[in-house]
Amino acid sequence: MANKTSESFEFAKKKNKEEMKHHLITFASMIVFTLIAFGMVIGDFHRLFTIPVIILMAVVQVAFQLYYFMHMSHKGHGLPALMLYSGVGVAFLTILAMQTIVWW
Amino acid sequence: MSTATAQKQGFGATLWDYLTTVDHKKIAILYLVSGGIFFLAGGLEALLIRIQLMVPDNNFVSSGMYNQLITMHGTTMIFLAAMPFIFALMNIAVPLQIGARDVAFPFLNSLGFWLFFFGGVLLNLSWFTGAPDAGWTAYAPLSTTSPGHGMDFYVLGLQISGAGTLIGGINFLVTIINMRAPGMTYMRMPLFTWTALVTSVLILFAFPALTVGLFLMMFDRLFGAGFFDPTMGGNHVIWEHLFWIFGHPEVYILVLPIFGLFSDIISTFSKKRLFGYSAMVFATVLIGFLGFMVWAHHMFTTGLGPIANSIFAIATMAIAVPTGIKIFNWLFTMWGGVIRMTAAMLWTVAFIPSFTLGGFTGVMLAAAAADFQYHDTYFVVAHFHYVIVGGVVFGVFAGLHYWWPKMFGKILDEKLGKLAFWPFFIGFHLTFFIQHFLGLMGMPRRYWVFHSGDGLDLGNLISTIGAFFMTLGTLIFLYNVIITSIKGEKASADPWDARTLEWSIPSPPPFYNFKQTPLVRGLDPLWVEKRQGNGKMTPAEPLGDIHMPNNSFIPFMISLGSFVMGYGLIYQVDDSRWLFVAIAGLLITLGSMFVRSVKDDLGYHIHKEDLEEKGAGSE
Ligand code: HEM
Ligand SMILES: [Cu+2]
Repeated sequence: MANKTSESFEFAKKKNKEEMKHHLITFASMIVFTLIAFGMVIGDFHRLFTIPVIILMAVVQVAFQLYYFMHMSHKGHGLPALMLYSGVGVAFLTILAMQTIVWW
Repeated sequence: MSTATAQKQGFGATLWDYLTTVDHKKIAILYLVSGGIFFLAGGLEALLIRIQLMVPDNNFVSSGMYNQLITMHGTTMIFLAAMPFIFALMNIAVPLQIGARDVAFPFLNSLGFWLFFFGGVLLNLSWFTGAPDAGWTAYAPLSTTSPGHGMDFYVLGLQISGAGTLIGGINFLVTIINMRAPGMTYMRMPLFTWTALVTSVLILFAFPALTVGLFLMMFDRLFGAGFFDPTMGGNHVIWEHLFWIFGHPEVYILVLPIFGLFSDIISTFSKKRLFGYSAMVFATVLIGFLGFMVWAHHMFTTGLGPIANSIFAIATMAIAVPTGIKIFNWLFTMWGGVIRMTAAMLWTVAFIPSFTLGGFTGVMLAAAAADFQYHDTYFVVAHFHYVIVGGVVFGVFAGLHYWWPKMFGKILDEKLGKLAFWPFFIGFHLTFFIQHFLGLMGMPRRYWVFHSGDGLDLGNLISTIGAFFMTLGTLIFLYNVIITSIKGEKASADPWDARTLEWSIPSPPPFYNFKQTPLVRGLDPLWVEKRQGNGKMTPAEPLGDIHMPNNSFIPFMISLGSFVMGYGLIYQVDDSRWLFVAIAGLLITLGSMFVRSVKDDLGYHIHKEDLEEKGAGSE
């Protein structure tokens, strides 16, 4: 009995450590992303290059935030994920329509 | 401790109980009563419109008054009558159908109701100074340049009641996902619960578009912004998009729960399992999904271009497929069943052909090229009344007959119920069928007169006569409600020999619903027990203490604050001192929220011993 609890305690400890590592890595990469974004604007690259790259990095950062800091990578988040993605889908559709079929 | 156990209460105590209640069954009654009052107001407006259009070149109301009447009729019927009826039905049935003791957030449930209520009151107060007059769709620039304060009431009233709806939708989403009794898997949920789930998702995704649109319009009208003003670099087509991105899902928000309750009613009164249950679930989800990709079918004539029009035309026609699946499944459920023509079933059977007609005209309208002819004529008016009255209103009547015993413990008189049905049904078809042809003959919608010699006289007269028949039906129904509450007999727990969980507990249920959470062993759980068990639900837990939330007056105060703030915002245009009123309202709201946050409210327990005393095994 006691053996078992200490075993699961060890397991939890290891898992926590693993998680901490992920947190640190994502945190560091988010800072790097931010530096790159600033660098690109300061470095005066072509707009058609800068804007898509910044948007791409923003998407990756949102994913990091959701999956590593808000625990969506854990089990039991299927429904929230489904709702989130449907929401993103609706928002995307809306923006696409505004961009394409609203005449100015 | 709890007011629900008190025997006889004075009027004041009852009133206080309802003002503070967090019980989903009482909130259902609140939604029903206020929705009913707004329904009567909207109906009166409709009657006045029809009287004006009874004869050519009529002068019964002025043109300005006519615009206010059509605007308030549409807005009231959709936001203040149909929506609360849907919430009344969801509140009474969903927690009981899934075997829960209440919704997930009882406090928010009450807050959602009071926000809706105060928003509706704010909107209707506009009648004293001039009601909104730019149509329920409030297209810019008509709405942004409309003089007076009418449209300001529209913007702020709908904003406040919309917040309540959003809260209610999220509440049901969490309730259905998290509070199901043991064994109640998704594919065992009654169809009404399923449709309530999909409707809640639609509310969550559609209402924010309205919120955004209303905010932009508020800034345009009250604070001199120019989001919808081309001379300031804005664009009024954006309002049309925002409105319909909300507006089309909204019609499915209204009709899906009605589809669900018809499924439950048909299977109960045909004594058969629902035909094609999984196909019904699939069709519901598919309608919800497609409902988001068709909004531009309201804008074919706006000038989106042929490609956009074609895409949206085809997407719209696709919705007819899952809708057709549902129609056939209802027919197949009845086929070979032991049908009992109760009042609820009568409304249901009448719904099927009526709604199908509305679906047909929908597909006609979806043909973009043809819509250039139909758009903004009475043909469209006929279409949406066939789906909304023939669908939603028939459904609300059916649902009220079906669940009245659960809400009030008495069965609505069946004879009077059928007597109310016939004039309403005949009047409905008289009023709206002829409008298809009036539209095809070129009668535009939202015009305050038509001229003699245009050949529209007879059709309009028939239409107005039909409206009086519908009024008669409604009055008989109201009479039925009063008579039943005075003389009606007490209903048993399961007066319809039904199939789902809400019928396994007394009518009306005790305030804690289920003494012990039931164990669900299949689709139509009560029916399973009637066939394979002893007709009673097996408890899933031993008898124990039940935790209950306390009543609270805070939701009322939060909503009252928003109401005061709305009033202040509307009038600060004339005199900036009104800003103090707005700030006072804001402080009431924020202060109430603060009290809610810092005050611990842990609820209370009903003790096991008290539960045992109250007639164990009485169910
Ligand atoms: C087969 C399904 C349906 C199709 C194909 C369909 C199609 C359409 C189309 C194309 C229009 C625009 C007509 C125009 O303005 O020129 C329209 C209007 C409308 N529909 Fe439907 N519809 C369907 C079902 C429904 C349902 C189920 C409801 C409500 C419960 C509904 C409510 C409305 C309303 C309220 C309008 C008028 C909005 C306004 O301009 O004020 N429809 N429909
Ligand atoms: Cu539509």
